[in-house]
Amino acid sequence: MKDLSMHITDIVQNSVRAKAKLVELIINETGDQLSFTFVDDGCGMDEETVKKVSDPFYTSRTTRKVGLGIPLFTQSAEQTGGELKISSTIGKGTTVEVRLGLNHIDRPPMGDLPSTVAMLITGNPETEMIFTYNKEEEKFVLDSREVKEILGDVDIRLPQVTSFLKEMIAENLKELNTTI
Amino acid sequence: MSKVKSLADLRKMKDELQSKVHLREQSDNPEKLVQVKVSMATCGIASGAKEIMNYMIDEMDNQAIEALVTQTGCMGFCHAEPTIEVTLPNNAPIVYGHVDQKRAEEIINKYIIRGELVDGIIPVNYETVKENKND
Repeated sequence: MKDLSMHITDIVQNSVRAKAKLVELIINETGDQLSFTFVDDGCGMDEETVKKVSDPFYTSRTTRKVGLGIPLFTQSAEQTGGELKISSTIGKGTTVEVRLGLNHIDRPPMGDLPSTVAMLITGNPETEMIFTYNKEEEKFVLDSREVKEILGDVDIRLPQVTSFLKEMIAENLKELNTTI
Repeated sequence: MSKVKSLADLRKMKDELQSKVHLREQSDNPEKLVQVKVSMATCGIASGAKEIMNYMIDEMDNQAIEALVTQTGCMGFCHAEPTIEVTLPNNAPIVYGHVDQKRAEEIINKYIIRGELVDGIIPVNYETVKENKND
């Protein structure tokens, strides 16, 4: 994983696979801290499974034998003095909280966040997503349900929609003056 | 300074899109559009699936190709990531493996536009063989 955006795609895909109807992604940038919170209402996991997901040789899928998503993100967090925490309830959903040192020399770059978020929204039309970026006191929020309401019967999966969202997110994040 | 884009601009764009899309498919049938699924699990992401999806969206937007691009999970071809599945209208889905930017360009210009197969197909099912057996 070269950047944090890739980790984001990865974790949100987990929620999509867990049949979440709504995924919330909250990014907080305060002082020297960068944090990501993922909240989904998917199928959830029992306590034992939660312990197992940090093991790279555990996966719930059958197409392959390894599951590296969580271990890799944990590594990225820990190398900047942060951590990754998972809490989950069966039938209710899962929350993943990741904390990183914002100015730590080993923090991976953010990568292309606007296109990542745009593609998550348009690429998983069955799952709704609320994206929030908090920078100190200011914030930017994008709710996929609002996007769909505006689009009406125009398909959200059309490339033109993704391109638009990408630009819109990029411009708004620039307004927020995000460090990354 | 120019104004920052907001959802209000999306509303404007929607009308434009709507008139274009509706002209071509009155029947409201999404199966008539090209569908592209990009495998986006850890294996795909790590090998650059995101860049490929981004590239395909940009290209198809530029060339005004009407296609639906979505993400999907691991299809089990981790050895051949990034992989994408392309379904042309009235055709069986075809999975392409090891898709770099060059191949993505080829897939758009040859397969999606002209229907010519290009290198890198992963055989995912053996329906043809089964059908022959039944004959």
